Amino acid sequence: MTSVCFYFQVHQPYRLRHYTIFDSATDYFDGFKNAQVCRKVADKCYLPTNRLLLDLILRYEGRFKVAFSITGILLEQFREYAPDVLRSFQDLAETGCVEFLAETYHHSLSFLFSPGEFASQVQAHKRLIRDTFGQMPRVFRNTELIYNNALAEAVERLGGFDAILSEGADHILGYRSPNYVYRPPNTCRLKLLLKNYRLSDDIAFRFSNRAWNEWPLRAEKFAHWIHAVNGNGTVVNLFVDYETFGEHQWEDTGIFEFLRHLPTEIFKHPDTDFKTPSEVAAAYDAVDVVDVPYFVSWADIERDLSAWLGNPMQHNAITELYNLEGQVKACNDPDLLADWRRLQTSDHFYYMCTKWFADGDVHKYFNPYDSPYDSYINFMNVLDNLRSRCDPELNPSKTGLTAAPA
Amino acid sequence: MSITTLMLGWEFPPFISGGLGTACYGLTKAMSRRGMQVTFILPREKPIRLAGGSSDVGKALAREMPNVRIRAVASHLSAYGKYGPQPVRPVTAAVEAELADEPPTGEAATYGPSLEKEVFRYAQRVMRIAQRETFDVIHAHDWMTFPAGVAVAASTGKPLIVQVHSTEFDRSGEHVNQFVYDIERQGMHAAARVITVSHYTRNVVVSRYAVPPTKVDVVYNGVEQATGSPPLPHSAWPTRSEKVVLFVGRITMQKGPEYFLRAAKRVLEKLRNVKFIMAGDGDRLHGIIEMAACLGIGHRVFFTRFLRGGDVQRVYQMADLYVMPSVSEPFGIAPLEALQNDVPVLISKQSGLAETFRNALKVDFWDIDEMANKVVAVLRHPPLSEMLRVNGRRETLRFRWEDSAAKVNDIYRRVLHVA
Repeated sequence: MTSVCFYFQVHQPYRLRHYTIFDSATDYFDGFKNAQVCRKVADKCYLPTNRLLLDLILRYEGRFKVAFSITGILLEQFREYAPDVLRSFQDLAETGCVEFLAETYHHSLSFLFSPGEFASQVQAHKRLIRDTFGQMPRVFRNTELIYNNALAEAVERLGGFDAILSEGADHILGYRSPNYVYRPPNTCRLKLLLKNYRLSDDIAFRFSNRAWNEWPLRAEKFAHWIHAVNGNGTVVNLFVDYETFGEHQWEDTGIFEFLRHLPTEIFKHPDTDFKTPSEVAAAYDAVDVVDVPYFVSWADIERDLSAWLGNPMQHNAITELYNLEGQVKACNDPDLLADWRRLQTSDHFYYMCTKWFADGDVHKYFNPYDSPYDSYINFMNVLDNLRSRCDPELNPSKTGLTAAPA
Repeated sequence: MSITTLMLGWEFPPFISGGLGTACYGLTKAMSRRGMQVTFILPREKPIRLAGGSSDVGKALAREMPNVRIRAVASHLSAYGKYGPQPVRPVTAAVEAELADEPPTGEAATYGPSLEKEVFRYAQRVMRIAQRETFDVIHAHDWMTFPAGVAVAASTGKPLIVQVHSTEFDRSGEHVNQFVYDIERQGMHAAARVITVSHYTRNVVVSRYAVPPTKVDVVYNGVEQATGSPPLPHSAWPTRSEKVVLFVGRITMQKGPEYFLRAAKRVLEKLRNVKFIMAGDGDRLHGIIEMAACLGIGHRVFFTRFLRGGDVQRVYQMADLYVMPSVSEPFGIAPLEALQNDVPVLISKQSGLAETFRNALKVDFWDIDEMANKVVAVLRHPPLSEMLRVNGRRETLRFRWEDSAAKVNDIYRRVLHVA
C-alpha cells in the first residue's frame, strides 16, 4: 500500500506600510495592500482550489483527502477581508476529509528565539483552529518546515501531537527514502513525516517550466511516478504552498486540470490511496530514527535558515525584536503585544534576504519591497516606534489618541 | 579585420574633472587593451608636461595605451565649461606653437568669445587633422564634438557613431539651450548608431530627440578597478562620534545639491552628530552656501570646493555615506568610485546607475523625507552600512571597461558589416 499525503500551506503576512523615521503613528500595517493581496489570492487561488477540492472530495466519497495548515494571521485577514474564503474552508472541514495542522499562530521563527513565546503561539493557533473548524490539531508543522531534534522534543513536551512534519532533505536522510514514516530521537511517540521534495517540487516549481524535460506534466504521468513507489515506501508526502494553484502556477498552465484528474489516475492502481498526516501516523510504524542536530527547512536549495537569518541585517532585526519580549509583555498592553507578534512573521525577514538578490530572482513573489535594504530600514523604523511604546515615560499614546493598529 | 577609430574625446589624466573625461579615458584604455586601434583627438588648451618626463603627452600616454595615438587639437573647449578644474583662457600663440602634433596654421589664435563659435572652430581643426589620418569609424562623445563628427563623416563617407554621456535635458532640465539641443539632435540623426550610457538616457534620446529606438544601443560605463592595497577598514580609524555624509559633484542644478541640503536639515532633526560635506564647484555654489545658512544648518555643512587627487581619497575616508541626489544622471560613475573607497551609497532613482546597480539605497531626488529616512538608517544601523559597503564594493566589479569596449567593438562591426 502507498498513501499519498497532501498538505497545503496557506499563509499571508500582515505587510508593513511605508514607515519612515519621521512617522510616529502606531498603525504599522498596510491595510489596503493586505486586503488587496488577500482578495487577489482568494480569487485566483483559494476560492477556485477550495471549490475543486470540495468537488473531488464529494465525487470520491471520502477517498480523496487533504490537509491544510492555515496561519492564524491569515485566518484573521480572511475574517476581515475575505469571509467567503473562510466559509469555503469551513465547508471543506465539514466533509471530514480535511485535516487542519497546528503551527505558530504568527508564522514566526519564535522557536529559535523564545521557547515561551513559541509555546504560546502554538497554543493560540490550536485554539483558533478548534474554534474555527471544530477539530483539534494532532499534527504539528513549524514555520517553513524549520525543524531539528530539539523542536521535536519541545513539541512532544507541549503534548497533544502524534506527528510532526519536516523537509526530506538529502543531508538528513542520507541513503534513506522520504517515503516512510520516521521518528525523531529522544521522543516517545511522535512520528516524523518527511516531504518528498522531488515530487512536491515537480508540482510547486517545475510544473510550468518548459525547459524541464518532463514538461508538460500530466496527472497520468505524475500518478505513474507515485505508483512506482509501491513496494519501496508507504507514503508520498506532497507538501506544497497552497498558492501554487492559481498563483505560482497560473490557471493557464493547466494546474487545476492536473489536480482535477490526479485522484482518478492515482486510484487506477488498487494499492494506492490518500491519507491525511494523522492517518499516516496512525497507519504506519516508524521504520527508523532520523537524527537532525542542525536546523533544516524547505526553503531554497540550501534547505537551511539562510533565507531568514543569512545576513547581518536579518540577525540584527530579529534579535532586536526578541530583545523587546520582556518589556512588551511587562506593559500589559494587548495592542502592543499584538503588534510585536505580527512583526515576528517570518516574511519580514525573508524580504531582507540578499542571497539571491545578486541574481535578480525568486524571493520576489508577493514581496512589497524594491530591495532587501528598504525592507530592513522600514522594519527597523517600525521597531523603533514599538520600542518607544514600551517605555511609559516616552509613550504618550496611553491617552488613546493614536490610531488603533490595523 | 582590425578597425581603426577616430575618437573625438575629452580629458585625459591627470586633468580629469568629471564623468565624461573618466568615461572617455576608461573606454579608450580598454579598447587599446583589446587591440582596437584608436586615434584619439584631444582638445587641449595648453601642452602638458608630465612630472619628470617627456613634454609630449602623446608619448607618455602611449606607454599606457599602445594602440592609441593621441592627436591634440588646440581648443579651450572643456568638458564642463568653467566648472572643471581649469580656468578658461584663450589659447595663446605660444601655446599653439608648442602643440607639436598640429602644424602651424597661420591663423590668429584669438578664439571667438562664444562657446558656439568655439565648437565650430574645433570642428574645422578636427577636419584638418582627419584629412591626414586613416580610420574606419568616427566615434564622437557628447554634443561639443558632434559637429566635428558630422563634418568628418560627410567628407570621408565613414560611419559616425555618437555616444551620449549626457543630454541638454540632464544639464538644464526643461530650460534647454536651443542651440545645444539642435546640435545634439543633428548629431544623433546623422549618426549610423547612437550609444547611450543607460536605458534611462536611451529613453531621453528616443522620446526627446526622436531617434528611432532601433538605432540606439546601451553601453554601460565601467569603473577603473582599484589597484594597490585596499584602504584601511573603518574600524582601524580612531573612533569618531561624528558621522559624515558626503556630496561630491558639480554644484549645479543637475546634481541636486538643494535636495541634499533639505534632506540634511531633516536628518539633523533626528541625529545631532552629523556633518555634511559638499565637495565641488558650480554655478549654484553661492546660492547653496546661502541656503545652508537660511536653513539654520550652516554650522553642519562644509564646502571644500573642487577636490583633486589625494584630497578626494581623504574625503572618502572620512565619509560614512555618499549621496548622489542628481535630478538627472545619465550614468553615475562617482558612486562606484565611492564604493571602491569603502563608502556605502545612496543614489537618485533618476540615474542610469539606479536601473542596474542593486547594492545601493535608492530614492527619488525630490523625496526629501525618504532621502533623510535612508540617511538616518545608514548612520544608525551598522549592519546596514556594512552590507551596503561590502556587497556594493563587490558589485562594482561587474562594471568593467573591458565589457564596455567589447560592446563598442560589436557595434563597430555591425555598422561596418564585418562578420
